[in-house]
Amino acid sequence: MPEAVTRLAERAAASRVAVHLSEVSIAYQLKDGGRYEAVAPATLSVSEGELVSIVGPTGCGKSTLLNAAAGLIKPSSGRVEVLGRPLEGLNAEAGYLFQQDALMPWKTAIDNVAIGLEVAGTPRRQALETARGLLGRVGLRSFADRYPHQLSGGQKKRVGLAQILARGPKILLMDEPFGPLDAQTRIIMGDLLLSLWQQDRKALMFVTHDLEEAIALSDRVVVMSSGPSSRLIGDFRIDLPRPRNIADIRVEPRFHALHREIWNTLKVEVQRAYDQGEGKDA
Amino acid sequence: MSRTRLLALQVLVAVLGLAFWHVLTTTPLVGDPRKMQFFFSTPWDVLARCARDLAGGEIWRHLLITLTEALLAFVIGAGAGIVIGFWFARQELLAAVFDPYVKAINALPRVVLAPIFALWFGLGIWSKVALGVTLVFFIVFFNVYQGVKEVSPVVLSNARMLGMNERQLMRHVYWPSALSWMFSSLHTSVGFALVGAVVGEYLGSSAGLGYTIQQAEGVFDVTGVFSGMLILAAVVIIVDSLVTLVERRLLVWRPGQTAETARG
Repeated sequence: MPEAVTRLAERAAASRVAVHLSEVSIAYQLKDGGRYEAVAPATLSVSEGELVSIVGPTGCGKSTLLNAAAGLIKPSSGRVEVLGRPLEGLNAEAGYLFQQDALMPWKTAIDNVAIGLEVAGTPRRQALETARGLLGRVGLRSFADRYPHQLSGGQKKRVGLAQILARGPKILLMDEPFGPLDAQTRIIMGDLLLSLWQQDRKALMFVTHDLEEAIALSDRVVVMSSGPSSRLIGDFRIDLPRPRNIADIRVEPRFHALHREIWNTLKVEVQRAYDQGEGKDA
Repeated sequence: MSRTRLLALQVLVAVLGLAFWHVLTTTPLVGDPRKMQFFFSTPWDVLARCARDLAGGEIWRHLLITLTEALLAFVIGAGAGIVIGFWFARQELLAAVFDPYVKAINALPRVVLAPIFALWFGLGIWSKVALGVTLVFFIVFFNVYQGVKEVSPVVLSNARMLGMNERQLMRHVYWPSALSWMFSSLHTSVGFALVGAVVGEYLGSSAGLGYTIQQAEGVFDVTGVFSGMLILAAVVIIVDSLVTLVERRLLVWRPGQTAETARG
């Protein structure tokens, strides 16, 4: 039973916790002296080799939580642990893929990928070689000398992927990375992400508002309630077989069952967020 | 519109302008041609004077001096603008303290400084350089300041996540951004360097294009004034197109600069 054996091996590899958020809350001091709590104390663990998606309605603070794991935001309370050690400053073990354009526009694709290695002290020639290899892996071998503005949205995301992979991070954090892309490109990018992830199975926290994307990619889907004071209100294990193909998996009956189950939890929150938004705007 | 068509239309404007000028000053349509020529000269006279000046060696000496002044003004002004712009942008307090003074000095019409500079630096080239510097400095300063401030927070966060320390952020993020802002104002700052030189010469000097124009004005030599202006305009256009070339090379990464940079 080779499948069962791989399962076991996966479980064993997945035993170590990569990122652990313990009772992490994030609040902002408002100008008028008040306090705005974006995220209520939340506890979440992502194991090594595990792909966890965080879904929730717009503005629920899922990106905020991710930024706390990246060290870009300091939690107001609670602890962030990375590979068993408390996080101080930026998370040096993590690669972060942003939703918006984050490439340096004045550097070519290959320089953008190589820069993470160069600043870490890798000789330029060697860094460029590695970068070239990575661009090949994301299917952009022949676009190495393009500047970001000469690339399409999907191509920029591919460069971004290669950029964060270059430093060989143990943890990947992604904040709605495919959000700005069109539907077809999202599927292609999702497949690319899965095939890259499949090769070395890093811990991956993936924030998205697209439930289908979350289910298709993840081992676990975590649902957040609408803000303010968002909470984690659901944690669903996605037991779809791997390796997966996003376009195919979406027609599986099990996919639909999971979708229905999670959507039942999510839709209440989406509706609530929507009503609040309506109320505010009107 | 095709290039040739555009060029043809541009030439047409020049021809019509010259024709109007010619009719105005050589026919009794508007007034006595002799009187009109005293005030406005004629196109042919101006062109002939230009050709004569350019054939002789004198104007080239003046031109060289003006360009030297402009170049020095640009280099010194831009250098100071970059350094101080960068410094202010990274030191919030410094910028806040000096803000009203920077604004006050920048609001001052620089022409009023020319006599002071002549007093301080003499009638040689340095008083003109100083005037040009006061013009160039502020343009570069504000642009570099803005360039450092306007770095996209996402690009900055990304660079930090990629492991850059402060020094590396300077070199790979702030510096290129500031330079791109500076280069985008290159036309203005180079132009102002020339303006500083010519205005300085005009107000008190013994050499340079501004000086020749001022001399011609002194004897009501309208032809001389116009031919001086024409030569100045030609120089400005040449310098400006050189700047465009430099800009194309340095800002290849900017959208809309050149599409033909990356191949394969």
